[in-house]
Amino acid sequence: MKWKFLDRKSGKPIYLICNADESEPGTFKDRQIIHKDPHQLIEGMMISAFAIQAKQAFIYIRAEFFEGAKILERAILEAKEKGFCGDNILGSGYSCDLVVHRGAGAYICGEETGLIESLEGKRPNPRIKPPYFPAVLGLYQCPTIVNNVETLCNVKHIMEMGGENFSKIGKPNNTGTRIWCVSGQVKNPGYFEFECGALTLGEMIHDVCGGLLPGRSLQAVIPGGSSAKVLRADERFQGTLKDGTDFDWGIEDIPLDFDGPMAAGTMSGSGGIVIMDDTVDIVEAMANVNAFYAHESCGQCTPCREGSLWMKKITSRMCSGDAREEDADLLLSVANQIEGRTICAFGEAAAWPTQSFVTKFRKDFLAKAKSQKRKKDSMQLI
Amino acid sequence: MNLSEETLSKIDELIPRYPEKRSAALMVIHLVQEELGAVDLEASEWIAEKLEIQPINIRELITFYPMLRETAWGEKHVRVCRTLPCALRGSYATCKKFEEKLGVKEGHVSEDGKYSIEFMECLADCGEGPVVMVGDQTFENIDEKDADKMADLILKNKLDDSKKFISYEKAVDSVKPSKA
Ligand SMILES: Cc1cc2nc3c(=O)[nH]c(=O)nc-3n(C[C@H](O)[C@H](O)[C@H](O)COP(=O)(O)O)c2cc1C
Ligand code: SF4
Ligand code: FES
Repeated sequence: MKWKFLDRKSGKPIYLICNADESEPGTFKDRQIIHKDPHQLIEGMMISAFAIQAKQAFIYIRAEFFEGAKILERAILEAKEKGFCGDNILGSGYSCDLVVHRGAGAYICGEETGLIESLEGKRPNPRIKPPYFPAVLGLYQCPTIVNNVETLCNVKHIMEMGGENFSKIGKPNNTGTRIWCVSGQVKNPGYFEFECGALTLGEMIHDVCGGLLPGRSLQAVIPGGSSAKVLRADERFQGTLKDGTDFDWGIEDIPLDFDGPMAAGTMSGSGGIVIMDDTVDIVEAMANVNAFYAHESCGQCTPCREGSLWMKKITSRMCSGDAREEDADLLLSVANQIEGRTICAFGEAAAWPTQSFVTKFRKDFLAKAKSQKRKKDSMQLI
Repeated sequence: MNLSEETLSKIDELIPRYPEKRSAALMVIHLVQEELGAVDLEASEWIAEKLEIQPINIRELITFYPMLRETAWGEKHVRVCRTLPCALRGSYATCKKFEEKLGVKEGHVSEDGKYSIEFMECLADCGEGPVVMVGDQTFENIDEKDADKMADLILKNKLDDSKKFISYEKAVDSVKPSKA
């Protein structure tokens, strides 16, 4: 865990922040925890706050969770009444206040340094690392830990079970459980908690989610929130895993843990799995994703601000009857000029979808230039 | 500036929660916007004074964050999720249906100020798309046909009494916690 980077010797107050901004497309697990079991989060947070001796803790929640914020406020009051947070917690002499802070609809507030700026009452422009690692120079330039809702809930279970028992869940290097969020074109989408590596992508689609819609076949999967690189249904993935075993997978063989999607050249990211069947017009799907990133760039870095906008403009034009054969390469060149040239990882998040869609579905981008039409039976996506 | 006593006292209770006053900016803006519908220049100046910062420090927030408004949305504000998972389940058709029925384009407010529609980015409920919010309530799996019926209820101001459309928030609230 990144707590070990925390600067405990600075003498400055330490802060704990729960990242409940949940805005990566395809992700909807924090919503469930906040609405259905807020005390689990509060307990995890207070244990964490005590562990790092935080002076104060915050929950940064996206503003669209109107009711979620109220539920958390109520739950905090209940916890205070029982002495679980606030002053002199359970008579230990340790005090820590927990404050709910609402965002205001900007995706970039999920990036931890953007979140910190936002919590300071500013625009959420991410800070450059180094030097602004939150664990050293975070909120008010004080050491700060930012963790996701699911992570902080895990802390409660780690304490309850003991670290050793917790690490027995899952597989070596892929420990614990994860909540996978499945959306898109399957019969029964939803959120499902499993031990890491307990099942493959294929088992998730067919056994857990009831399979694809009648008569459809799989075309593509985005495995870890819309920023993760897309996987094509007929790809083969070969190589050697960290533990030395060789693998040769089709898309449905990819294990749902941390290393599996990584070995397949993508990431499990936020755990948001988006399923696209054979009806989907891939260029429109790309245009939809690009519109998201163009809308959400904070605008600080020129490659990200301009690049995300141009990728959106090009793909939208392609979907409005003016697709050109050279567009595929143009898109790649724009995406390649964003990656690695920006302040925060949003640059990569915006570039990876385009790079992977265009490379893996090049034929669809070229076909668009010939037909100019939406693929038959596809939903309108832009 | 005419804010109710209730809002004023909420604001005064809120500011000391933070180590620095400026941190309360978003929360104070939300409270003001909830009461006034939008945060105009005068309101920005008032908030800035309250937080001991400059008016531009408030203006720059309102012009950046998508949910902060210089002008008010309609009395009934409908948000439809636009992002890929919802789009894959038909949210473009859902949004069009609302536009047609409520007589206003997304991003706009009807002339009488009653209705407005916003085609939004991911609302973090992607498994139950298309996702629609009316005011602060979230409705799941709203396809074109449902949008048609829902819009009728909105026009008649009867959505709250509907047995067919029960919001996510109400559904969660109605589940009694089990005694473990
Ligand atoms: C552009 C961008 C958006 C992000 N959005 C979120 C988000 O909505 N929720 C979240 O928990 N983390 C988000 N993150 C990750 C956070 O920066 C940070 O890594 C996370 O809060 C750490 O939590 P963890 O260590 O507990 O997983 C985002 C990162 C980037 C680069
Ligand atoms: S990469 Fe994009 S989102 Fe991140 S700081 Fe730069 S402009 Fe802002
Ligand atoms: S895409 Fe609609 S809620 Fe996430």
